[in-house]
Amino acid sequence: MNAILECKGLSKSYGRFQALDHVDLTLEPGKIIGLLGPNGSGKTTFIKLINQLLVPDEGTLLIDGNAPGVESKSIISYLPEKTYLDENQKIAETLDFFADFYDDFDRSRAVQMLEKLNISPEARIKTLSKGTKEKVQLILVMSRKAKLYCLDEPIAGVDPAARDYILNTIINNYDENATILISTHLIADIENILDEVIFIQNGRIRLYSDVDSIRVNKRMSIDGYFREVFRC
Amino acid sequence: MSWVLDSGRPIYLQIVERLELSIVSGQFKPGDKVPSVRELAVEAGVNPNTMQKAMVELERQGLVHSERTSGRFITEDEAMITQVREELAKKQIQEFMERMNKMGFDGEEIVTLLQKTMREGKK
Repeated sequence: MNAILECKGLSKSYGRFQALDHVDLTLEPGKIIGLLGPNGSGKTTFIKLINQLLVPDEGTLLIDGNAPGVESKSIISYLPEKTYLDENQKIAETLDFFADFYDDFDRSRAVQMLEKLNISPEARIKTLSKGTKEKVQLILVMSRKAKLYCLDEPIAGVDPAARDYILNTIINNYDENATILISTHLIADIENILDEVIFIQNGRIRLYSDVDSIRVNKRMSIDGYFREVFRC
Repeated sequence: MSWVLDSGRPIYLQIVERLELSIVSGQFKPGDKVPSVRELAVEAGVNPNTMQKAMVELERQGLVHSERTSGRFITEDEAMITQVREELAKKQIQEFMERMNKMGFDGEEIVTLLQKTMREGKK
């Protein structure tokens, strides 16, 4: 099987701060993968490199065999850490925008999910609560039929019920051939839906493993093991 | 909402145990259709890959079999279900015995105490 993501010696620094330090990583398709690390460990930098919002200083990065570009963007569905939607738009307008922009956007799927939540397509985005905004953005991102989903902190800052909704939406829309990369530091909330985890620290990969090997070998939850590895 | 799972043990094993229990307790009847992997995954709050792995394990044991187009079904082999039921019971008893032994009770004392407790429970 071809790797969905392959990087070699991938590095990025901001001035003298080394955000990513020679990362080698190969991800196979069909997995839900947690990108776990403390604040400032390089999670968002890595995701931004994948989405070509940043350009690496060194090293190579291939997405489904291609360097980041038009082709890779058409197969990646990206949920950024901060909102990027035009807050003055109505939800219906944002749906039009997505439908125009992405060939793989399934509008009816998005509409169905919004209906279930009783969110009116006539509502303007800026009138929504933080939790609802997060849900709407996730619905948009998961309504694309992408090969790689990059979700940057999808559950940060929302209440536990919204968190459950978000995790359910991820599971419900997950296609077994796709890969979902989820960055978070809220490990306990998310670990039951992960196949694999990447621990990242100071811009380096500390560990890349499937979750059950950690549970069997360390007799610990992923959250417990993370706390041990990253003890301050 | 989702199932109570212990994050410190492989999730698929806990799902296998839980489904075994549903089968031996009659919650799933012999020949019943098993809900789809996705439905079960959402119900349990786990990844579909994990649920799939649990299903493969149940198939390997023979408790569940898949029909090419129509999905998965609980075995109709009731003798097998009875056997699994007994194995699960034995495992519980062994664990119980171990804990009692640690407290210093021997086999006979355990049986006496068990009978006494059961009589008291009936009152």
